[in-house]
Amino acid sequence: MGKLFAVVLVIIALASAYPIATRMYVMPEDISTHGHAIDDQLSDTMKEAGFSFLGAQLVLAFFVFKFAQRKEGAKLTHLPGGAKLVVTVAFIIVGAEVFALGVLGQKAWANVYFTPPRPDALQIQAQAGQFAFYFRYAGVDGKFGAIHPDKIDEGNQNFFGLDPANDIESRDDIVSGELAIPVNREVHLLMHAKDVGHSFYVRELRIQQDFVPGLDLSVHFTATKIGRYEIVCTQLCGLGHYNMKAYLNVMGQDDFEKWMKQKASEL
Amino acid sequence: MRTKHLFLAGVAILAAVATTSAVPGGGTVSGKVTYEGTPAKQKPIDMSKEPSCAKLYATPPTTETVVTGPSNALVNVVVYISAGLPDEPPPSQSAVLTQKGCRYLPHVLAFQVNQPLEILNEDQTSHNIHPLAKINREWNKSQPPGTPPIVDKYDKMEFIPVKCNVHPWMHGTFAVLKNSHYAISAEDGGFKLPNLPAGKYTVTAYHESYGEQTQEVTLTGSETKSVNFVFKARPY
Repeated sequence: MGKLFAVVLVIIALASAYPIATRMYVMPEDISTHGHAIDDQLSDTMKEAGFSFLGAQLVLAFFVFKFAQRKEGAKLTHLPGGAKLVVTVAFIIVGAEVFALGVLGQKAWANVYFTPPRPDALQIQAQAGQFAFYFRYAGVDGKFGAIHPDKIDEGNQNFFGLDPANDIESRDDIVSGELAIPVNREVHLLMHAKDVGHSFYVRELRIQQDFVPGLDLSVHFTATKIGRYEIVCTQLCGLGHYNMKAYLNVMGQDDFEKWMKQKASEL
Repeated sequence: MRTKHLFLAGVAILAAVATTSAVPGGGTVSGKVTYEGTPAKQKPIDMSKEPSCAKLYATPPTTETVVTGPSNALVNVVVYISAGLPDEPPPSQSAVLTQKGCRYLPHVLAFQVNQPLEILNEDQTSHNIHPLAKINREWNKSQPPGTPPIVDKYDKMEFIPVKCNVHPWMHGTFAVLKNSHYAISAEDGGFKLPNLPAGKYTVTAYHESYGEQTQEVTLTGSETKSVNFVFKARPY
């Protein structure tokens, strides 16, 4: 019975490693300048975790197989140093592994999250609320009008609470339900939540950033491929969470300018 | 058993006749609702998040917070008798709100206190209807496509903004009124409140963005009295 268990263990370990090792599940297309670093990091993590997993399972199976039918009263042998040494070694190995992932991974993470955007990055404000995203562009004056939460009037498309009657800067602000951006230009997304926690996730951009109520967060990225991609909320935010999405529309510079003009004409 | 039912039905009919204030051939209040000034430009609604609704429109529909007609007509104004009439029992016929193309049809739905209200979903997507009642009980209910109508009623008079928790641009108004003498101003701003018994009345006009106006009117017989309302429009 013990030997059968060892064999089944090996089969399960190899079968679960197979689809990953043969890259049966490919990553979605990467359309960002930083995405390759994330992909490399994921690949490294997968390799390291995969080899450790397989190694641990095979060692376990080997011992189970070898000692499954140990005779009653047979002499037990211990590793020198006993349990204390084994735990210490394991602790050092796992610690080194986690530390190495952190050190190696920082180039994928910190380059996106801990560096400032270029000064000429296109600033777009993103607001998440139950259960939709809205995006605001500063308009021709290059300034965002102030936000007044008491003036939010969704039925009148005033999702940000602008006060165009008194605030001239807000009159040319463009508000859109889709995130239109020019290709190959850095975008600096200024994020705030209207109500509860939400998350901005575009898998092709390799960007995932939470919205936290009360905090102004930001993220910056450059899209490199024209197309239409889905933005989804990945933080459970209420009953309509499943339907909280928007589209990222990456356009050529000319098309983007046309789009802005069209939106401005609707004001 | 049968006679008891018939008896109860008879009593109900008598009670309804006794309390209803509609007088066929009675007086009529009619008029027109207009605006002066520049009303806010209505904005195109961005439905890109919900492709099943967006594809129903060749050009995006616009918001309906201020709907105007030719020669400064103001549409979607609820005109009703706010004083001078007794409260009336509700009709048994349902008031129906339809969710279609991710909009509320009609945009303003008037009905009586305790009248059955039916809400239909004709879209291929789920809605979560949320009437923002303050005097009545507030609720919100999810309605996936193909599910039966939501049936409810309101037991107090109130103007209730209605929104959808899934589609933030969806917006409508419930006008819950105490009697059957109400009208909603049409494309030309016109309204008509017929079959009123002789008496002194307060006529109120309610607009979701511009608020309320009232006027007094006295009817002595079967004449038609003209009452017009002019609202001040604001560009923002």
